[in-house]
Amino acid sequence: MDRPMGGILQIRKEVDRSWYISGALFSFFAILFIWGLLSYGEVVSHVFLPTPAVVIREFFKQIMDPILWSNIGISVYRITMGFLLAAAIGIPLGILAGTFKLAEAVIQPLTEFVRYMPATAFIPLIMVWTGIGELAKIMVIFIGTFFQMVLMVADDIRTVPQDLLSASYTLGATRSQVITRVLLPAIMPNLMDTLRMMIGWAWTYLVVAELVASNNGLGYMILKAQRFLKTDVIFVGILVIGILGLVTDRLFYAANRRFFPWAEGGS
Amino acid sequence: MALVLSYDSPVKRNAYVPPKIIIREVSKVYKTKDKEFMAVEGVSMEIMENEFVSVVGPSGCGKSTLLRMIAGLEETTEGKIWVDGKEVRGPSAERGMVFQSYTLFPWLTVADNIAFGLKLKGIPAAKIKEIVDKYLQLIDLANFAYSYPRELSGGMKQRVAIARALANSPSVLLMDEPFGALDMQTKASMQEMLLDIWRKERTTIIFITHDIEEAIFLAQRVYVMKGRPGSIQAIFEVPFPAQRSGDVKDVESFILLKKKITAMLKN
Ligand SMILES: Nc1ncnc2c1ncn2[C@@H]1O[C@H](COP(=O)(O)OP(=O)(O)OP(=O)(O)O)[C@@H](O)[C@H]1O
Ligand SMILES: [Mg+2]
Repeated sequence: MDRPMGGILQIRKEVDRSWYISGALFSFFAILFIWGLLSYGEVVSHVFLPTPAVVIREFFKQIMDPILWSNIGISVYRITMGFLLAAAIGIPLGILAGTFKLAEAVIQPLTEFVRYMPATAFIPLIMVWTGIGELAKIMVIFIGTFFQMVLMVADDIRTVPQDLLSASYTLGATRSQVITRVLLPAIMPNLMDTLRMMIGWAWTYLVVAELVASNNGLGYMILKAQRFLKTDVIFVGILVIGILGLVTDRLFYAANRRFFPWAEGGS
Repeated sequence: MALVLSYDSPVKRNAYVPPKIIIREVSKVYKTKDKEFMAVEGVSMEIMENEFVSVVGPSGCGKSTLLRMIAGLEETTEGKIWVDGKEVRGPSAERGMVFQSYTLFPWLTVADNIAFGLKLKGIPAAKIKEIVDKYLQLIDLANFAYSYPRELSGGMKQRVAIARALANSPSVLLMDEPFGALDMQTKASMQEMLLDIWRKERTTIIFITHDIEEAIFLAQRVYVMKGRPGSIQAIFEVPFPAQRSGDVKDVESFILLKKKITAMLKN
């Protein structure tokens, strides 16, 4: 019997854009609907779960407030610094580990080991060592992302097909040319995806750091709201972080398509 | 011992001219975790400058392994290979290779793929462009000069891979089933092109194929391999002049040779 290839539930088949958008809107509205039901129906007290309207009003009030923007500014600064530091050291180490077996031996087992130590457990230590200044938050983000980044970049290098390297050797490439002209360009799109994932992690560690050791930033804003039981502000804080995360994610995605049009799925 | 059925070789063997390629008693053992696997055993060949030889044999009999050892991409377990009187110790631009799998660099356009080896050599840009244009014409892909590999069909990719190897003007060209993915017409015209280049540039060519007719049509000598372990079971000199056309395929001695090799590969 033939199995017709039409319809909207075909494995891995594209669906019309309208179907896609409808699906996405559906899940957003479903959450909104359940939220509304619980809060307007007073199934959960307003103190614990503010209504959507209150949160939206608070959101617009907050984005008019320069304090929110200075909190965003300081949080973005910390993310950027911690992330850049992790990338500046992690990418070269990952490339080495993925390229040379000996480098792998030196780097990888240790990194695997440290990766299983929760970054959050380092926070007290970091505070003892560096106080609660900017460096502390940057270090938390660094420790939270660095080890994972090394391993993922090493894996990116390993996914480059051996035959591409062989081909370049038979075309006369030296060992260093294989690295600069084959391995590096080959991993670029995957590397961008790795960074895109790591920046998501960075946001998580930023908030953790700001919750325990800070007097400004978005994490601190949430913490302060909790003290005064202002759940609507907590919601807004989470929402703002979500939006910022989404924006950075989309920027990475767009950059990937823009700069690496040759990759599968590029434009 | 290999069985040699001698026809008059079109290459005049001169006792004072050493062979371009000497392969002496070469074996290859692959070691995996728990066992050893003999992929190639005791293969010897002597190939004169500007000779065109082909290798046929059942799947998995070690043809690619042998070619990779000649390229210097794989070490021999036993035995030695010399090219131009020098022992092969690693890959070099002197021994170009067209791989069985697709090995175009996905981040480079068709033109830049062809130029890859030329750029490594530091040839001036104007000269590179000239060479690239020539080969784009030759493989009939001038309209795709600025396309990326992912936009090409399998056969088109393989043509670019051939152009990339040829543009580098290696003195030895190793080809691993390069025309396997092509349709009859393209295959025929690529064969003509290859013979043409071979006659013009005095390249020495080792050509692996599954297609017995192709093996005879292109080469001056056909090596027939058998598997488990991979070794040479017979060598046939092809009794036709280097300058040949497709008509030769209908000649009785051609058909006879084809039958012989086919029968040999059956058991
Ligand atoms: N890296 C490797 N490690 C272990 N075994 C290998 C390796 N490469 C090849 N082999 C084995 O060696 C044998 C010969 O492989 P090879 O690729 O040379 O065959 P082939 O004649 O080119 O086959 P085909 O015509 O299918 O391309 C096969 O049995 C294969 O399993
Ligand atoms: Mg093969």
